[in-house]
Amino acid sequence: MIRTKKTFSLIAVLAAGALALAGCSTTASTDSDDTMESTATTLTTSDTWVKAIDSGMTAAFGMVENPTDHDITIVSATTSASDMTELHETLENESGDMVMQPIEGGFTIPAGGMLMLEPGGNHIMIMGVTDPILAGDDVTVTLTLDDGSTLEFTAPAKDYSGANENYEGDDEMDMDHGDMDHDDMEMDE
Amino acid sequence: MSEPVEPDTSRRLSRRHLLWGGAAAAGVGAATAAGVSIVGGTSGSIAPTSSGDATTAGFTPQEAFEGAVPFYGAHQAGIETPAQSNAVFIALDLRDDIDASGLRRLMGVLTDDAARLTAGQPALADSEPELAVIPAQLTVTFGFGPRVVELAGKAAPSWLGPLPAFGIDQLDPAYCDGDLLIQIGANDPLTVTHTARMLLKDARSFALPRWSQSGFRRAAGAENPAATMRNLFGQLDGTGNPSPGTTEFSEAVWSTDVPSWMEGGTSFVLRRIAMDLDGWDKIDRLGREETIGRTLDTGAPLTGTVEGDEPDLEAKDRLGFPVIPAFAHVRRAKENEAANKMFRRGYNYDDTVLTGAESVSNSGLLFAAFQADVDKQFVPVQKALDTLDLLNTWTTPVGSAVFAIPPGCQEGGYIGDTLF
Ligand code: HEM
Repeated sequence: MIRTKKTFSLIAVLAAGALALAGCSTTASTDSDDTMESTATTLTTSDTWVKAIDSGMTAAFGMVENPTDHDITIVSATTSASDMTELHETLENESGDMVMQPIEGGFTIPAGGMLMLEPGGNHIMIMGVTDPILAGDDVTVTLTLDDGSTLEFTAPAKDYSGANENYEGDDEMDMDHGDMDHDDMEMDE
Repeated sequence: MSEPVEPDTSRRLSRRHLLWGGAAAAGVGAATAAGVSIVGGTSGSIAPTSSGDATTAGFTPQEAFEGAVPFYGAHQAGIETPAQSNAVFIALDLRDDIDASGLRRLMGVLTDDAARLTAGQPALADSEPELAVIPAQLTVTFGFGPRVVELAGKAAPSWLGPLPAFGIDQLDPAYCDGDLLIQIGANDPLTVTHTARMLLKDARSFALPRWSQSGFRRAAGAENPAATMRNLFGQLDGTGNPSPGTTEFSEAVWSTDVPSWMEGGTSFVLRRIAMDLDGWDKIDRLGREETIGRTLDTGAPLTGTVEGDEPDLEAKDRLGFPVIPAFAHVRRAKENEAANKMFRRGYNYDDTVLTGAESVSNSGLLFAAFQADVDKQFVPVQKALDTLDLLNTWTTPVGSAVFAIPPGCQEGGYIGDTLF
């Protein structure tokens, strides 16, 4: 269904410099990833981490790469930290604020492309945490892909106090899973 | 545009740098951007090459800055590693409620940070990833005080704990002891600072800084990296050291007679030694050279001609007096050579001059020594120097700390994992 990056309302706009660099390197024909690409069958993850939290809400971050020759969509995720997980995008609302909201249809990663999950950007939202996730703990994250397969990775927890985040439609969306105030994303110092 | 062919690893690195960097920029407020998120197209489309970066065009960094020291190994880096130009020594105290599992988590997090940063990559959740890209031979070395070993329920090496008191000591508790040592060295001061900040942030929920002491040598590239360092008295300091990479070094440094968790480790003594530069100014060159037993220009012993000559402690002058005087630092330090030598890897410090103070220097030596056994190597030498050493006239130990440096770890492990 949702298979092309066009369906994202949020298409990432690279910072100007990054865009220039990205454009420039498409001309590189000596890409050694080419060999990898032919044999790869699924996504790979790296630099994954979760923000440490006492309870409530937190998120998993990292880089997901699609080294295959076809688009892959992450349709859902579960974690060892709680029973509630959502895939979230961050985008600008009408008043110009950056807000987060569940992404319809999941994250589609184009063939040869990648997805950055990061504070202030896309992320895997972990809600209803009751047991503290302490710095240095490992959280297991399982992604379900559009072909029904799953991909598991471990994300160590880190203390992190950056990136103020807002939740889109605190009042208009029906949040029956409790406290969705993203101020919870702020660490108590 | 011509593209140089680069190895995949470096290309991946720069890509990550770029993406983290770009992401950070977007997060700060690019109103047009929704965060750098999904990049499509062929696999090559997101791979910048360093030649594409305007700030690096036509510039080739030297190995001293571009080079990365392997983090993993049988021994921790930062000991046998050639001393970098800048270093900071930080001691932390564990928070009261930290237990063994907290300690493991702490060392897991710090090890991961150190492994990434020493490779020239941002730490996970690094909020200033751009500061991480110049490894500059960065090393991060961890050491444990008695409390860490106790928390892990293991036996401590017999020498782990405060040194015996010496007559010359005027110790300020603000520079003594600690539960956890982090030694950070790099050829770039910004790299050192960023690394320290990252590690301290990540340690904060487990431990708080007790003291932090920064030191420096000559800038990397300013002289032959094999040259012995000069301290603030102008002396070549380190000549008598066992040479890294030799059996002599291994025997002097790596602990053997220790609990098994420490095998492959060593001991670390940090003495903050104030140097009275104003007093030293009053001493003529001959007096200065006799104080040590070596010359100032080449560092040769007074009985020799080049730095590498062994001091001849028996040699007498025409009047029958020893050429290297009885009070000379080198003679006194060699008094106990029956034991293995220690490996001195110190740094100069030059702190803020106190407002209105008569003395225009607040400087000295962060005397840092690694040895297999503190009691057999460091203590006897310090005792001999305490008894007699003309150098004591201008030097005063004001800080003192001893740590057990555990062995290195393998990828997937963490520093200190042998404790658990
Ligand atoms: C600010 C204090 C100190 C200064 C300025 C200083 C300076 C020097 C100098 C110039 C040398 C000769 C060159 C060399 O071999 O490195 C030397 C040698 C040495 N020093 Fe120190 N030193 C200080 C403190 C200490 C302390 C506290 C110890 C140990 C307790 C120590 C142990 C040694 C040893 C073992 C040698 C080598 C002797 C040999 O094998 O030739 N020094 N020091």
